Amino acid sequence: MSGLLVLVLYVTAFFGSYAILSRLLKRYFQRDGFNSLKTVTFGDESAVKANRIASVISILTVFWLWVAFTNSVIPLPKLPGPFQGDVSFTYTATLEDGTSDDGTVTVRVYREDIQQTLDSEGNPGKEPSAVDVEPGDGFAKNDSITAARYSFKVVNVWKNDDVSKKDGSKITAINGQAIKPGEKIKIPEGMIGLTDKGTPTFAPATGLRMQRLYLPAPEVVMQRFIRLNKEGYQGFTLWEHTRFSLQRVLIGFLLGSLIGIPLGYAMGLTNWARGWFDPIVEFMRPVPPLALIPLMIIWFGIGETSKVILLFLAALWIMIIAARSGVSGVAIAKVHAAYSLGASKWQILTKVIVPNSLPEIFTGARVAMGVCWGTVVAAELVAAEVGLGKMIVVASKFQLTDIVLVGIILIGIIGFLIDVGVRALETWLVPWKGKV
Amino acid sequence: MSELLIDNISMRFELPNGGHVQALQNVSLDIKSGELMSVLGPSGCGKTTLLNIVAGFLAPTEGNIILNEKKVVGPSADRGMVFQQGALFEWMTVRENVSFGPDMAGISRAESKEKVEHLLEVVGLGDFKEKAIYELSGGMQQRVALARCLANDPDVILMDEPLGALDALTREKMQGLVLDLWRETGKTIILITHSVEEALLLGERLLVMAPRPGRVHKEYRLPFADLGVGNDLREVKKHKDYNSTREEILEMIWSMEEEIMGRTEASS
Repeated sequence: MSGLLVLVLYVTAFFGSYAILSRLLKRYFQRDGFNSLKTVTFGDESAVKANRIASVISILTVFWLWVAFTNSVIPLPKLPGPFQGDVSFTYTATLEDGTSDDGTVTVRVYREDIQQTLDSEGNPGKEPSAVDVEPGDGFAKNDSITAARYSFKVVNVWKNDDVSKKDGSKITAINGQAIKPGEKIKIPEGMIGLTDKGTPTFAPATGLRMQRLYLPAPEVVMQRFIRLNKEGYQGFTLWEHTRFSLQRVLIGFLLGSLIGIPLGYAMGLTNWARGWFDPIVEFMRPVPPLALIPLMIIWFGIGETSKVILLFLAALWIMIIAARSGVSGVAIAKVHAAYSLGASKWQILTKVIVPNSLPEIFTGARVAMGVCWGTVVAAELVAAEVGLGKMIVVASKFQLTDIVLVGIILIGIIGFLIDVGVRALETWLVPWKGKV
Repeated sequence: MSELLIDNISMRFELPNGGHVQALQNVSLDIKSGELMSVLGPSGCGKTTLLNIVAGFLAPTEGNIILNEKKVVGPSADRGMVFQQGALFEWMTVRENVSFGPDMAGISRAESKEKVEHLLEVVGLGDFKEKAIYELSGGMQQRVALARCLANDPDVILMDEPLGALDALTREKMQGLVLDLWRETGKTIILITHSVEEALLLGERLLVMAPRPGRVHKEYRLPFADLGVGNDLREVKKHKDYNSTREEILEMIWSMEEEIMGRTEASS
């Protein structure tokens, strides 16, 4: 239900913001001249560029939807929330002889995540006590209970009554409205019903927002982020978890490059090496690194060795293929030119073939780093002592969704930064890429 | 001095399906030092193969290449090569490209500096020494290629359609440059081209080759290259023999092309 609502809101935001902004900022949105007729992209002649206003609004929309569907304190328009506070309803108990009496039930509805909140002194919140009520007259006495938001409570109204259920007291009406077992009555604050055996139940209204267990509010995730930095989780701070993951990726990738690039060169330069390694490379390339995790654990355990070897293997084939195609891609004219300028074979290798293969190697490095980063998280999910993947999988077992979210966001940001970093390195070291 | 002898060269390529292509058959030429010979011919006449054999990239099936009384056995710095395009090293600056030859020979940059800078001035790139290759236009890139070749001081310069990828105006300017460099350096040059005009204007000696098998069809001695040195090439085109020679050669190549087409059609 609310999934459909998210979709509707998201699509509305997509078209709505375009409709509004394209009218407000007419000039920015206009495509002039020749380019306005282009609809297809052809390499660097691409007529379609990312509209950065759209990117900003896109991020804001996701953030707003996040806020709107949670019990966030951030003052943005939100969907109707769950009921919280005190509510009371009356019940009418009827005895077998036909006499009846009314009693009230007062429910104090409190935040379901009260124990996870902290007061100003840093102590966790406590569940509130029930409202004090007078027992009242008659055989049906007034009750007072507490209930968490999003919960469902069976209310034993006879607990303090003079006549119990066993003695023939039956609930016949709620708030003066007749009710039979199995029926329900809706009030703005929630849903009151009778079980099949006639015991009243109360479920506070949930609204359309998610409870913390499913989707913590942004500020909750932020607070968790700060706490993870200070206190850590599972004995390691957030930075240590991140560092271990990054360290594995870097070592695995560097080993993979260190072995893979020379192997790729060998495959690109000699028939023997090409023939020798071809079956292995072609066989191993389509095997997803994730499929190797179980084997790595069997062989090397769950420690650093198995992770590094896994990432080494993830990077190796990609780097071999990149280096190989970098070598094969050298224009024969360049090699001929170098020969007729008096270069030796070794000089051609170091001065022509290696630099010529750099663009391909950087493309490979970008892919390999991305694959390694994905693989390390997956490997940690399966088994690890420390690492971002390990952090989120343990947190999920304790239903600490905020930690899971911190982990996912961090994994995404780091993956993005790795790509940006490799690309920056590429423009610095291989400025001619794509220009010749 | 540097005499280049092409001695009865034949080149046969074996095809994977068992057949073969006779790319060159019994080609013999005697090229004197300082000669500028242009080579024309329809596609498939083996002119690039001939150049590659002279350069040492290909070993001929029969015959020998003899330069300065020594048999050619492979590529070497005494035969410089200028390609159509894409043979410059993008990871090096203009200056580094030009000093590549001296660098490979182990000559220190300090020693080669003067020569490199002089050559860059000669080809008109004095202000572009530290530029990257991809920042230059096509014509400027070919100037770098010429300078790079000359920096090695080769005995023979082999040009494989060096101006083929340039626009008409740049091409004309570059033709003048090639002539000037030829006269100034006195190098032996073999120039392969598709353009009859270019072959006429630049070739002191002009070789027309015929295809299947590739062979020398006709040879001309022309006055236009000498006239063109230091002069406006458009003036040269007004020479009384220019147009008639051009027509004659065009006619020759056309009939060869038609013959090929006819043969292909007949066989298919």
